[in-house]
Parts: sequence; structure tokens; C-alpha cells
Amino acid sequence: MILLWFIIILFVGGILAWIAEYWNASISRWISMLALIINFCLASYLLAAQNEIAILSESSWLLYYRIPWIPSFGISFYLALDGLSLVMLILTFFLGILAVLTSWKELQYKIGFFHFNLLWVLAGITGVFLTMDLFLFYFFWEVMLIPMYLLIGIWGHENRRYAAFKFFIFTQASGLLMFVAILGLYFVHGNLTGEYTFDYFKLLGTTFSPEVGRWLMLGFLAAFIVKLPVVPFHSWLPDAHAEAPTAGSVILAGLLLKTGAYGLLRFVVPLFPDAAHEIAPWAMLLGVIGILYGALLAFSQTDLKRLVAYTSVSHMGFVMLGVFAFNELAVQGVVMQMITHGISTGALFIIAGFIYERIHTRDIDQMGGFWKQMPFMGTIALIFAMASLGLPGLGNFVAEFLTLVGAWKASHTLTIFATLGLVAATVYSLRFLQSVFNGAEMTHVTLPDLSLREKLMVVPMVIFIVWLGLFPQPVLNTVKRSVERVISAQTKVDDIREDLRPGIAQKGGEDE
Amino acid sequence: MSKTDLLSVIPIFILTSAAILILFSIAVKRNHKVIYLITTVSLAADFIYIALFSAKTKWIIEPLFIIDGFGTFNTGLILLSALAVSMISYAYFEQREERKEEYYILLILATLGAVVLVISKHFISLFLGLEILSVSLYAMITYLRKRERSDEAGIKYLILAAFSSAFLLFGMALVYASAGSMEFSGIAKHLASSSSMSPVVFAGLGLMTVGIGFKLGVVPFHMWTADVYEGAPAPVTAYIATVSKGGMMALLVRFFVVIDGYRYTALMMAFAVIAIASMFIGNFLALRQNNVKRILAYSSISHVGYILVAFLAGGTLGVQAVTFYLVAYFITTIGAFGILATLSDRDRDAEMREDYKGLFWARPWTAAIFTAMLLSLAGIPLTAGFIGKFYIVAAGVGNGQWLLVLMLAVNSAIGLYYYIKIIATMFEPYEKERPSDQLYPSIYIVSGVTMAVLTLLLVWIGTNPSGIMDLIQAFVRLN
Repeated sequence: MILLWFIIILFVGGILAWIAEYWNASISRWISMLALIINFCLASYLLAAQNEIAILSESSWLLYYRIPWIPSFGISFYLALDGLSLVMLILTFFLGILAVLTSWKELQYKIGFFHFNLLWVLAGITGVFLTMDLFLFYFFWEVMLIPMYLLIGIWGHENRRYAAFKFFIFTQASGLLMFVAILGLYFVHGNLTGEYTFDYFKLLGTTFSPEVGRWLMLGFLAAFIVKLPVVPFHSWLPDAHAEAPTAGSVILAGLLLKTGAYGLLRFVVPLFPDAAHEIAPWAMLLGVIGILYGALLAFSQTDLKRLVAYTSVSHMGFVMLGVFAFNELAVQGVVMQMITHGISTGALFIIAGFIYERIHTRDIDQMGGFWKQMPFMGTIALIFAMASLGLPGLGNFVAEFLTLVGAWKASHTLTIFATLGLVAATVYSLRFLQSVFNGAEMTHVTLPDLSLREKLMVVPMVIFIVWLGLFPQPVLNTVKRSVERVISAQTKVDDIREDLRPGIAQKGGEDE
Repeated sequence: MSKTDLLSVIPIFILTSAAILILFSIAVKRNHKVIYLITTVSLAADFIYIALFSAKTKWIIEPLFIIDGFGTFNTGLILLSALAVSMISYAYFEQREERKEEYYILLILATLGAVVLVISKHFISLFLGLEILSVSLYAMITYLRKRERSDEAGIKYLILAAFSSAFLLFGMALVYASAGSMEFSGIAKHLASSSSMSPVVFAGLGLMTVGIGFKLGVVPFHMWTADVYEGAPAPVTAYIATVSKGGMMALLVRFFVVIDGYRYTALMMAFAVIAIASMFIGNFLALRQNNVKRILAYSSISHVGYILVAFLAGGTLGVQAVTFYLVAYFITTIGAFGILATLSDRDRDAEMREDYKGLFWARPWTAAIFTAMLLSLAGIPLTAGFIGKFYIVAAGVGNGQWLLVLMLAVNSAIGLYYYIKIIATMFEPYEKERPSDQLYPSIYIVSGVTMAVLTLLLVWIGTNPSGIMDLIQAFVRLN
């Protein structure tokens, strides 16, 4: 039941925030803040109590909630929570709170409707992370699009309409392919077993002819790699991220991209282990191309937000690389990457938002020497630039290191090239710092340093990223079972194909 | 005529008597309100009669009519749509100078035609129904004679509809010449007796397809749609888009299932080509439009293409999908044109995209409803259109129609662009000073309530479709 509350609180909170605008716009802010804080506390409680719950539920799934929805098609409103979902939920609500805080002063136009959209996007994302019914999954997948479209299209920067269109059509078109694939899976399973259902757990064991499996997997893959995004399909991302308001950018980079990664882990690999294995070399190659290409483009941007956007393309390449390396270390790295990238990129967008609020431009050429006037912001920016380039001691290092170690087992060549991406990351991160906070000073403006509200936003993020860098083990423990499930889907196939001994899962697929 | 015969055609009697009653009532005194009341009450009474007393068992009135679950369901759907259209008509016509009362006679007669169409099992009843529908529509389209484009639309529709009726008649004659029967079941018997189709029957069915295709507005018989949609008054456009097309679709499904047209690959191929062409051409033509009515016209072409995907998939699931999609599409289309009608003032319809600029800030409720309708057309979750699309894709995938389903997916993505464009216009900043050509519509409670009900239905079906699905599964059983 608590799972349902996560979603209801956000949906209802959104509507209330919209209505509240009629009396007083600032009530809207407080309502959405309150809704997110309640959810954050609930999720934290679950995180704290996960061991007790795990013992009670006697499986790796902590909580279930299920009611029939459209029984004639075997569709149910099915939510389930495991370690991976839980961690993603915490991230969702954390970044959600930050998104509300960051728009506290920045947004003065149609505040109630803004918060309505914000909460509904978050509700869609929460649903995506929780649902175990494929129809419902697609439902939530789509629900988050329209509010996101409006967030970009109404409150964005100059070129917002173009960016919003592009974002919407890219994601929707790829989503439709996934929808067709979901239905394909539904009928394949139904014809095979006589039970027509969208239940994830029942669909898990479905066997296909290689060709059918390949096509269905491509349908799923299409949606996820556009969302992630992987390089040939990334062109919506810089536009959407750059044109969105700060809160929108934070949610896009921090959460929406993660739904793609989550989809790969939760659906593509477990549902189609054979086909995923087949495509793995190509997928890893695309990941590496993404790492290098994203880094290259990030380096050459003059728009601060586009720069950060391209770093996302680069970092998401690691996700692609790790998922298709098929071993425990790499997948753990991917999960860490999802969290740390969400925080570090979110922070960079927030900093870009701070700067935009002060000087009303995103053009790097018009910035420089900000450190003198804003040492506090400079320090924060330094920390997150370091996180982004993978400095040991910060969360991103753990993520990328694990991914690379895992990927090394799968492919030496690709891993070497991926490691070059870290070097490139150093270059663009330092360029960002240099041209914004150091260099020639812009003397014609007076820049106030961070206010209390702004400090309140960035300091927890710093704490989080340092904590994740120094003590990643609690997170890894929480997601351990989920990661094992991803791997075991693959090793089951290996068992059959190579006739290996059972128990390969513990060794983490070293034979590859 | 037995007692059951009589009882089962009572819905038709109610409609005819309502038309006559209105005639007399006009002769006594012209009063828009009274006529409007008679219309709505008789349509509602007719629907209630069907809902309460219609038997779910099949009843055949030889040789013309068959009253079965499918027919009854579609009759109910048509009656409700006509009711909704008459609801939005009141406010629309009340603002206009012309004599408004005869419009309701035409509306009821057109509904009568559509009802006859969906329960016919014989070429004669088919043709009668079709002509009653078409002739009423000629007059309805040109009802606001003083408008610039209404004559053009009316003449265009008249000539093309007459032409297509001729094709249909000739096709029927050819089929009759070969099969020796005008009953669907008789033709089916004839067709079943031989393994391949004789050229005469084939030519006959082909010509009939032209006639039916025209009514459905599919490519390449779609030329009239945009002009007629644009020229006709908004409620009439809603009527054409829903009742006229839906009635024809229901007839097509029935005819095909009875004669088992699915056996003939050539025929199926032809319909597949029509479906794909309709989806693409409809969507592409809509992309460059700035006139909302024309956008909706072109989008309706592609929507019929979507419906044809489910129709081609066939089987129980396919027929159910067609029916469900029709329900969703009826609600959505009447809703969209209803908004158009409520925003229209006495001089012109709110058909330009500029008319919607900043609507969301000026009239949030109206804009929210219109947004919901457009999202439903685009097939976004939480709306009936999404479940409808799901049903169609399910039918297509279940039958292995991969090409059609993929085309549908691609086209849904294309279609998004122009729906979203209208929505984006509504969310643009609102300009305080109103331009001189701004519309000044009056607001009526009837329209408001109708739109609210349609929106609630849209969201209800979109989030909780089991009820309507069960209803369709209980009613829609051909064979």
C-alpha cells in the first residue's frame, strides 16, 4: 500500500498545487515541497528498515502491491519494490526537492501549473521505477512526457518550443516501438502458455525463437537508448537540457535519463538474455562512442548548459558499456553511475541556473573570474567538476571504476577506449572551471555569493556525493539482489549454451 | 409483422415520429428551445429504450434488418453521439441569425439513416439508410447559407457523394447479377460455393469499396474531407466525423464478416494499401495546416486508417477493437468539435490556430478540455484514445499484422507533431490587448455540461476501461 501512496501523493499534490495558485502562489511551492518531503521520508524509512522487511517478505522483493486493472487483457496495477527501485526512488524524491527549491525564486510565471507539471513528471518517473506490469510501465513511461514537454515548452529559455517538440517526438516515437514490442511479447507468451498477461514475473521466463527475440528486444532497446541517450539518438538531449528551466534540466538529467538505464537493467537484459548477449558487442561499442563523442562535444560548447548536457551523453555511455558487459561489477558500477551522475549533473545544472539567475546568460565567453566574488559557489562547482571527471573519493569515481573493471572482462579494447573518456572528462571539466571561475575577471557585474536557500540545496548534494565516494558499500548492498538477478538472467543462458556448471553467478561471469 | 418485430424496430419509430413531431411543432410556432427539447428528449428516450429493453439475442426481420448485439451497440453509440451533437448545436445555432429549427429535423433524419445502416443485412436497407443519411447531410453542411465556404462544401459533398452512391449501386448490381441475392447471407452462400471469386463479383466488390471508401473518407477518396469539414458548421462537422463515418465502418465490418471477405487476399491487400495510404497521407497533409478544422479533417483520415488496421486484423479481437476505437474516437471528436463550436461566435468558427493563442491562460477549463481531446487523438495515456490505440495494436499484433502495426506506430509519432502544435499554441503567453478580429462567443450551460461529461468519459475510459470493454465483449459478437 505504501507503494501506491508514493504515486498518489504526487498526483494529488500536483493537483492541489495547481488549485492553490488561485489563492496564493507561494502555497503551491509549499504543497509540492511537502509532498516530496513526505515521499522522501517514506522512502528513507523503507531504506532504513529494508532488512527487516526483506526477512518478512522472504524474497528479494521488499514490497508488493497488486490490484486487477483491466482483467480481460491480463493487465493489473502491479507495483513492486526491490533494492534497485528503492535507491532510484530516494534519488527521485531527493532531486525532486532540489527541483522545487531551485525554482523557488527563478520561476515567477504560472507557479501553480509549474508545480503541477513538476509533480506529475515525478509521479510518472516513480511509477516507472515501481511497476511490474508492462502495460502499466508503458502507461507511466508516457505519463511523464506531457508534463515534461510543458515544463520545457512554457518555462524554458528562448528556443524552448523547438526543444520541447524535439524531446517529445523523439521519446514518443521510440516509446511506441517499445509498445509494439510489449504487445508482441504479450502475444508470444500467451500463444506459448495460454496465459495472456502483462505480468513482468510471468513474462520473465518466456522463450523465443532467436529472430523473434531479437526484434522484440530491439523494440524495447529503441525506447531505452533514446532516453539514455546513446549516441546516434542523442540529438534531442542537448536542446532539451539547455532550453529547459533549471528544475527541468535537473529532472531530465538526473532522473529521465535514468529511466532508460533502469529499463535496460530491468527489462532488456532479464527478458531477452539471448538477444541481449548477441547485441552486446555492438551495444558496448555504441557506449564507448558515446563516451568519447559526448566528451568531445562537451569540450567544444560555449553554452554552459549544453556543455553539461553533453557530459551527460558521455557519462551515459558508461551505463551502456556496463550493462552489456554482463558481470556483477559492471552492473554495480552502472547502478552507482545512475545515482552519482544524477547528483553530480543535477548539481552542475543547478550551478548553471545560479549563474543564469545572476548574469542572465549561459554563454561561457561572457563569464570568467567568478571565484573572487563567489568563492562558495566556486568551491561547490569545483567539487562537482571533480566528481564529473572521476576524482577518487567522490561517488562518480566508484561508479566509473567499477564499470571499467567489469567491462575489462568483457572487452579489453573497448575498455581502453572508454578509459580515454576519463581523460577527456578531465579536459572538459577543467575548461568549465577555468573559463567560468578563473581567468579574466568580469568586473562590470556584482555577483552575490550563494544565499542560504542555495547553500541549503548544494551542501546536501556535496555530502551525498562524498559519502557515496567514501562508503559506497551500503548502496551496493541494497541493490545486490537486484544486480544478481540481472546477471543470473544472463548466466542461465550461458549454462544452457556452454553447458557450464551452475554457480557461475557467484564468479561474476569471469569466463567471458 | 410479429410483436417482437415491432418491438425491435421501435428505436426507428421513435426517430421518425420525432422528426414528424418537430415538423408539426414548427408549423405551429418556431421556438428553438422547444424543438431542441423535443430532439434531445426523443434521442435520450430512444437510447434508454435500447439500453433497457433490447434483447441481446439476435432478432432478424426478413429480409431487411438484423437486430443483434453488434447492431444494438452501434445504434446506441449513434444515438448518444447524435444527442451529444444536438447538445453542442443549441449554443452554436442560438447565436446565429438563420432559422435554426429545421436543422434538428435533418439531424434526426440523418441519425435514422445511420441507425438503419448499422442494422441492415440487405443491399436495399443498406442503400436506403445510406441515402437518408447522405441527403440529410447535404442540407446540414450548407445550413448556414450566408457563410463564405458553406456552398462550396455542400456542392462538393453533394456531387462526390452522388458519384460514390452511383459506384456503390453499380457494384451492388454486379454482385447481385452474379450471386442472385441482395442479402448479405445470400451473397455469402454464393461466395462460399466456389473457391475463387468470379471477376464480376470481384468488380462489384471493388466498386462497392469505392463507394464505402468515399463515405469513410479514406485515401484515395478523401478529397472532400478537408473542404467539407472546413465549410460545414462545427457541430455538423462533428456529426460527419463520427456518426456518418462510424455507421459506415460498422456496416463494412458486418458485411465483411458475413461474406467472410478475409479469405480474399487481393481484397485484403487493397484494404491494407488503403489503410497505410490513409495513415500517411492524412498525417502528412495535416502537418502543414494552420486551420484547426482542416487539421482535424486530415487527422480523421489517418484515424480511419488506424481503424482499418484493426478491421484487417479481423477476428473477435479485431471487431472489438474497431468498436472500442469508435467509442473513443466519437467521444474525442465530438469533444474537440464541441470546443470549436463553443469558441465560435456569430461571424465565424474558431478554426484558425491563432484563435487558440493563450487560451490556456484566458479560459483554462476550455483549454484543458481541448488539450485532453487532442491528447486522446494523439493516443497519450490517461485518455480513451490511448486505450483505443492499445486495442488496435493488440488486435494487429495478435494477428501478426506487423507491417500495419509498425506503420501505425510511425504515424502516431508523425501525428503527435500537429496535435502538440495546437496544444503549444494554447500555452503561449496571453496577450492582454485583444485584436479586433477576436472571437466573442457567448457561453451556454448546455455546452459546458456536455463538454464536462465528455471529458469525464474520456478520462474514465482512459483510466478504467474494463467496464466498457466488458460491455463491448458482451454485445459485439458477429456470427
